Amino acid sequence: MAQAPHAPPAGEPRAELERARAEPVRTPLSAKQWVWLALAGVALIAWPHVFDAPYQRHVLVMVFIYALMAQGWNVLAGYCGQISLGQAVYFGIGAYSAGFLYANYHISPWLGMLVGVGISVLVALAIGLPTFRLRGHYFAIATLVIGEIGHTLMLNWEFVGGATGVWIPIDRDSPWYSFQFHDNKLPNYYIGLGFLTAACLVVVWLERSKAGLYFRAIRDEPDAARSLGVDVTRYKLVAIMISAAFTAVAGAQFAQYVLVIDPETVFPLLLSILVVLMTMLGGIGTLWGPIIGAGVLFPLSEATRVWLGGTGGAEDLMIYGALILLISVFWPGGLLALLRRLFVRSGDA
Amino acid sequence: MLEVTNLTRRFGGLVANDAISFRAEAGGILGVIGPNGAGKSTLFELITGFETPDEGDVRLDGRSIRGLGPHRINRLGVARTFQKLKPFAHMTVEENVMVGIMQHDSNLRRARDAALAALDFVGLLDKRRVHAHGLSTGQRKRLELARAMGTRPRLLLLDEVTGGVDQRSIPGLIELIERLRREGMTIILIEHDMQVLMSLADRVVALHLGAKIAEGTPESIRADRAVVESYLGASYA
Repeated sequence: MAQAPHAPPAGEPRAELERARAEPVRTPLSAKQWVWLALAGVALIAWPHVFDAPYQRHVLVMVFIYALMAQGWNVLAGYCGQISLGQAVYFGIGAYSAGFLYANYHISPWLGMLVGVGISVLVALAIGLPTFRLRGHYFAIATLVIGEIGHTLMLNWEFVGGATGVWIPIDRDSPWYSFQFHDNKLPNYYIGLGFLTAACLVVVWLERSKAGLYFRAIRDEPDAARSLGVDVTRYKLVAIMISAAFTAVAGAQFAQYVLVIDPETVFPLLLSILVVLMTMLGGIGTLWGPIIGAGVLFPLSEATRVWLGGTGGAEDLMIYGALILLISVFWPGGLLALLRRLFVRSGDA
Repeated sequence: MLEVTNLTRRFGGLVANDAISFRAEAGGILGVIGPNGAGKSTLFELITGFETPDEGDVRLDGRSIRGLGPHRINRLGVARTFQKLKPFAHMTVEENVMVGIMQHDSNLRRARDAALAALDFVGLLDKRRVHAHGLSTGQRKRLELARAMGTRPRLLLLDEVTGGVDQRSIPGLIELIERLRREGMTIILIEHDMQVLMSLADRVVALHLGAKIAEGTPESIRADRAVVESYLGASYA
């Protein structure tokens, strides 16, 4: 279509406008895409029955937990453009709320999870309120610092176990009350899959809502968003609260899955960096990116941990940092962009 | 419609706006001229809430909007475009316009249809599914207009709509602004192109070194000695 230097004169037939109005606002899934989605769903439900070795189930349980956490980072950073480097704080709060309250007061971890979500959201507000008014990278720096403060605080807070952490007592009699499943990992698997699916549905809703549109406007040009009536600070706070809630749920699941938590496993900087890398590797600001990223990177990180050994050094941090740099420079669309390109090339899009 | 009184903004030792006062009447087009650094853009920042004045007041229909945030001022009916264009680069043209519309209607479909009407108005309908980073400068200016219009403003502040645009596109942009005026919108316009200004503005405010040095009809401004000396140059004398 030729460029029109002048707007068309009023009164002319509006065939183009009629055509445009008939288009859907969001492209619906094609029949083929529905089939793929259904197949993926069936495969995920069937997986633990086909591959029933504990380790095969374990990998997927962990992928679900990481993918949920990565999706939390993705909502805040990928959609709303606010780079957080302290997501481990919400994860740790979720883990400790579930684990500590159960270990010491026999409160069901399901309730503890809700408490964790509540505290995480409040902490997120406490971080966001002062820093979201600032420009540039202050938010990222603040989250980095708060992540380290959280880690140090938990190491020294004897009431919640200090460096030893929390050992969650084994309960074989009431698995659903204690959120512990010792017969097999099936419940953990389906609970993880369920929470991840719920989080993805939230993101699908975001992509079709005013809030999601505002998030992306804020990410691209906060001043323009402001000039168009968007309460930028308020919507950033909405984004960080969603992000904190997802991450706390992931933390609570993790605690009830591994049953031993300490500051080194649920509050480390490494974890905050890992979810950044997972999301960027898969495809930042997309629904599937965090899932693809977690699905690829968790098994890889397990492998490298075996390979590098648990020296306690910062090798994996260095590797992750380098990877983030490389992806953002050479491969900003992540694996998802690569997959799309392959599909388009083979004419199967 | 808009009344600015004694508006002053200092940045350190620099007085960017020095006790500026003027009114913009409803339905009119007010031009703001002045050499670079005269304080034109600062004036826009103060009116739209991106900066807070050190002294003075901004009144919209008699009500002070001083100290309100940009989004609240926009919701009161004041929209702006940016001299340095700020498209939402990774959103489609259609989505760009929907952002401003959604303060009035949270329904995605209705907001989209309103956006299509605005895009039709500015002549960008065929670009609706393109990401904004794929537009030319002239198209981006049109997009900024459509986006601002989507908020349904009563007062529109345009910061150099024709700046940086190829000559061919200028008549189309002028016509757009004329049509907005005919629809009853009040417009304040920063403009470097004197020809554009003369053909559009009913009144002109001239700034120099942060202060207002003249105000009047375009003809009287063109003849004003202070304006000629500070801005227009000898060829206009």
